[in-house]
Amino acid sequence: MIAATFRSVRSSRNLMIGLAITGLMVAMALVSFVWTPHSPTGLNILSKMQAPSARHLFGTDAFGRDVFSMVMTGAWNSLSVSIVAVAVGMGAGVPLGALAAARGGVIDGLIMRMNDLAFAFPALLTAVIITAIFGPGAINAMIAIGIFNVPVFARITRGASLGLWSRDFVRAARCAGRSDVAITLSHILPNINHVLVVQATIQFALAIVAEAGLSYVGLGTQPPQPSWGKMLNDAQTYIYDAPWLAIFPGLAITLAVLGLNLLGDGLRDVLDPRVRRQR
Amino acid sequence: MAAYVSGRILSLVLTTLAASVVVFLLMQLLPGDPAAVMLGVNAQPETLAALRRQMGLDEPLLTRYLSWIGGFAVGDFGTSYTYSVPIAELLGPRVMVSLPLALMAMAISVGVALPVGVYAAANRGRAGDTASMGIAQVAVAVPNFWLGLLLILLFALELRWFPASGFAGWENGLWPGIRSLILPALALGLPLAAILARVTRSAVIEALGEDFVRTARAKGLSRRATLWLHATPNALIPVITIIGLQFSFLMAGTIIIENVFNLPGVGRLVFQSIAQRDLITVQSLVTLLAASVIVVNFLVDLAYGWLDPRLSTGGAR
Amino acid sequence: MHRIIAPCLAGVLALGTAAGQAQTSLTVGEALEPPGLDPTVAAASAIRRVTYSNLFEGLVRIVENGDIVPGLAESWTVSDDALTYTFKLRNGVKFHDGAAFDCSVVKFSYERAVAPESTNAQKGLFAPIASTECPDPLTAVVTLNRPSSTFLFGMAWGDAVMVHPDSAATNKTNPVGTGPFRFTRWVQGDRVEMEKNPDYWGTPAGVDKVTIKFIQDPSAAAAAVLAGDIDVFAEFQAPELLNRFRDDQNLHVEVGTTAGKVVMSLNNARAPFSDPRFRQALTHAIDRNVVIEAISSGHGVPVGSHYTPVDPGYIDLTGTYPYDPEKARALLAEAGIAPGTSFTMTLPPPAYSRRGGEVIAAMLAEVGLNVNLVPIEFPQWLEQVFTNADYEATIIGHTEARDLDIYARDKYYFNYDSPEYKALYKAYTEATDEAERLDLIGQLQTKLAQDAPNVFLYALPKIGVWNAKLEGLWKNLPLPANDLTQVRWTN
Repeated sequence: MIAATFRSVRSSRNLMIGLAITGLMVAMALVSFVWTPHSPTGLNILSKMQAPSARHLFGTDAFGRDVFSMVMTGAWNSLSVSIVAVAVGMGAGVPLGALAAARGGVIDGLIMRMNDLAFAFPALLTAVIITAIFGPGAINAMIAIGIFNVPVFARITRGASLGLWSRDFVRAARCAGRSDVAITLSHILPNINHVLVVQATIQFALAIVAEAGLSYVGLGTQPPQPSWGKMLNDAQTYIYDAPWLAIFPGLAITLAVLGLNLLGDGLRDVLDPRVRRQR
Repeated sequence: MAAYVSGRILSLVLTTLAASVVVFLLMQLLPGDPAAVMLGVNAQPETLAALRRQMGLDEPLLTRYLSWIGGFAVGDFGTSYTYSVPIAELLGPRVMVSLPLALMAMAISVGVALPVGVYAAANRGRAGDTASMGIAQVAVAVPNFWLGLLLILLFALELRWFPASGFAGWENGLWPGIRSLILPALALGLPLAAILARVTRSAVIEALGEDFVRTARAKGLSRRATLWLHATPNALIPVITIIGLQFSFLMAGTIIIENVFNLPGVGRLVFQSIAQRDLITVQSLVTLLAASVIVVNFLVDLAYGWLDPRLSTGGAR
Repeated sequence: MHRIIAPCLAGVLALGTAAGQAQTSLTVGEALEPPGLDPTVAAASAIRRVTYSNLFEGLVRIVENGDIVPGLAESWTVSDDALTYTFKLRNGVKFHDGAAFDCSVVKFSYERAVAPESTNAQKGLFAPIASTECPDPLTAVVTLNRPSSTFLFGMAWGDAVMVHPDSAATNKTNPVGTGPFRFTRWVQGDRVEMEKNPDYWGTPAGVDKVTIKFIQDPSAAAAAVLAGDIDVFAEFQAPELLNRFRDDQNLHVEVGTTAGKVVMSLNNARAPFSDPRFRQALTHAIDRNVVIEAISSGHGVPVGSHYTPVDPGYIDLTGTYPYDPEKARALLAEAGIAPGTSFTMTLPPPAYSRRGGEVIAAMLAEVGLNVNLVPIEFPQWLEQVFTNADYEATIIGHTEARDLDIYARDKYYFNYDSPEYKALYKAYTEATDEAERLDLIGQLQTKLAQDAPNVFLYALPKIGVWNAKLEGLWKNLPLPANDLTQVRWTN
């Protein structure tokens, strides 16, 4: 069993590349705590707007800050906001979806109608309104993006667990008098966790883009904390004179999202036997 | 079928109504007084009170909601605080930017994705498939606003083929208008095309494995004809689903792109209205956007029924 | 086929005519779109930047050098007790809709401004007025309830323009004034159009048609200027892009000064800001030149008080507490402020505020102060900082001209409370002699510089860029306006 899994891991090129890129991003984010080539927040007006060089790999910005150091620190910001946003989505969405599937009827209908309602609002628009209400900033961006993950996880949890409730082993557990909560914890969740893990990876990637988008329009992470989206926003003014300011943060976002997407695809191949058979 | 459709329409109206309540309540939570924003830093308290009276802000919550939603139902979206013109009038020219932009992005997405997806499916496992799907994998990951910046850098600043930003206005002719929407439409459409191409590929591959396709092939139909006449049409259901989702996304997903390219579209109007606390405009526009997403999803559902009779009988049960 | 070709041809033709008419029409770029076009009912300076002198006129007006000159009043006399202003009105002035201008309009306009239902954002300007009387149609007698040396200047503001009773209610969307241009169209979100007023009472406008386009994004604005789509951008928002214009032979760049002051406002009612040594230390710790360099690429004049070089009687007080981190540290130690003490700086959206916050936080870190930057939107800033004074420090541009009065107010958001200053200010408003007034203005500035209620940073620059063939545009900006009445093409 373990050997088989290992083989399929090795055979999944997507998973390996995805793991490598994501690992690189995480490593960059962690290293930024103890070391960056220069200070990501220290101003140095004298060396502003320098093109990439050996001293400043990605050049410097309008305040003379080292772009490479900012990209490194920005990785932590991007990852942390996204992790929390996905955690918020899972934390609220999975129980709601599980509840809907377990109880059915009115509760199911109510939860699913609320879901439809949430899906009707364009995600970014509502995130903009939410940050306008609670003020811009990383914490509120986490909440705003997290809220959008709730219906996603609720729907996927409900969909994946609905069929399980009619399976014999669950019926047997019910007959044995076990509570819905206990059944959900011991039988339902373990059987759908592969679906959730794959979805979490996808949502993680979407959250990174969403955080960058919010920061780009000035509503996400705030200075002096470097963030990729904010860097792109600043870069736009200087795009004639300093195109490097626009290139590197965007590359970082793309790479992070690519890594997570590949990881998600790879995990699906490995964890979901149905998909593996189809390939 | 008729009962199914009318039931769906009722739930559509209820969802929209619920959306309007949510939006209205969110607006009440927005900190900052619209009247204070208009009068600035030298305003005196009684001046503020006078303006609040004129704007109807001193009335109770329920009265304000009912008068707004009552007008909304008959197509009167209210009068913008900032511009003092009816919101419908404000919206018209904005829709004439956002809708063509969304349609162009959609056209780019479908126009690129279908051929690439079908091609990749037909050449499954070969170099062409691997290369195109590799590119798609990367393209999915590119955030559209960054792509917008790169397109500006390349096509507007270096090659000078297109304007860097701004909208030429339809009154200056069709081409200047379209020309100023090409780069933003590409920025929006290409990442969507990448998603759609991947979906198309797997849907076509699945269809190619179905019995009727094998039968067609066995009857001596050419590979090409089988691919385009049998496999592709049957792969359309998942593809249409994604197109529907993408259109919902495009309705408001243009906010950031409109910011990148400085386009006077619906998204920017909402954005500006939030910043200026033009609450009535925000609540009307967001409710309209939510309603249009709900309607598009409904139409996508109807399209299923049309494409696949099995589903519509299932729905009418 | 025809259907497709026709609009294309129309496009080409439109282009052709636009080029041919270049000598008589003008396309002006502005960063912000005004919320409505009536300067007498809302505060936004964007309204004045479209309408001031162009569409609407007052009895008097301000010109580029800050002088008050006759507008719809051809002359005026002031009584010896400085309580009665007698304006002689111009004969034969007509509003754009043909309505006649006379003293009844003056009386209407001034009384409307202070009426209970008025939403005039500067009601304070009209506070000294006791009554407006019309002995004959061309004479307006304004009686004040107290002498006010700033009254006439106030009547030159955009908030005090003449509006006709018949059109006042609709001026927000269809402005009807007496100016050399008349309004033709407003495409919300895009542009305002106006044309030359053939019946203007004074020197006719130098161009036939003006289109004011609103482009908020600086890089888009720069592209439009470089492409020649915009002839004038009188207040360009991104100084960092100026070099691009300077390289272009067809463009003229003019950097002047406005009456706007960028100030790091402090809540003087809260410790430690209540300690003058702490406030002085802040001023010593901030290098204004570096701030200006970082925020606006070096454009802008450092100021040491709440007054700018375009205002009459300006004195340079930047040397009062010069940049000296050593001194700052010493003062902080003296005031008992431990290194590592932190405070919060609330930042509204303008670039000078957000960027300024970053730079200043870095400078204050050098003297051992931690600054938490809290960005907020403008509506919240108004509510939280301005109205409720619930803040510690903020950075904001005070764009109102010659607004030394705000430090004399009883309740104003920085909570500066100085009886000496109030007495000086009272003496200033009641002074009737010009030399005495200038002397008092000097004393007011000096008092502010010494008390350092706020950290005065710099005068907002007016960065103008326009087609080199244009003349008649303002270099400096003594009040929010974009006076296009003298603009013409040279050839």
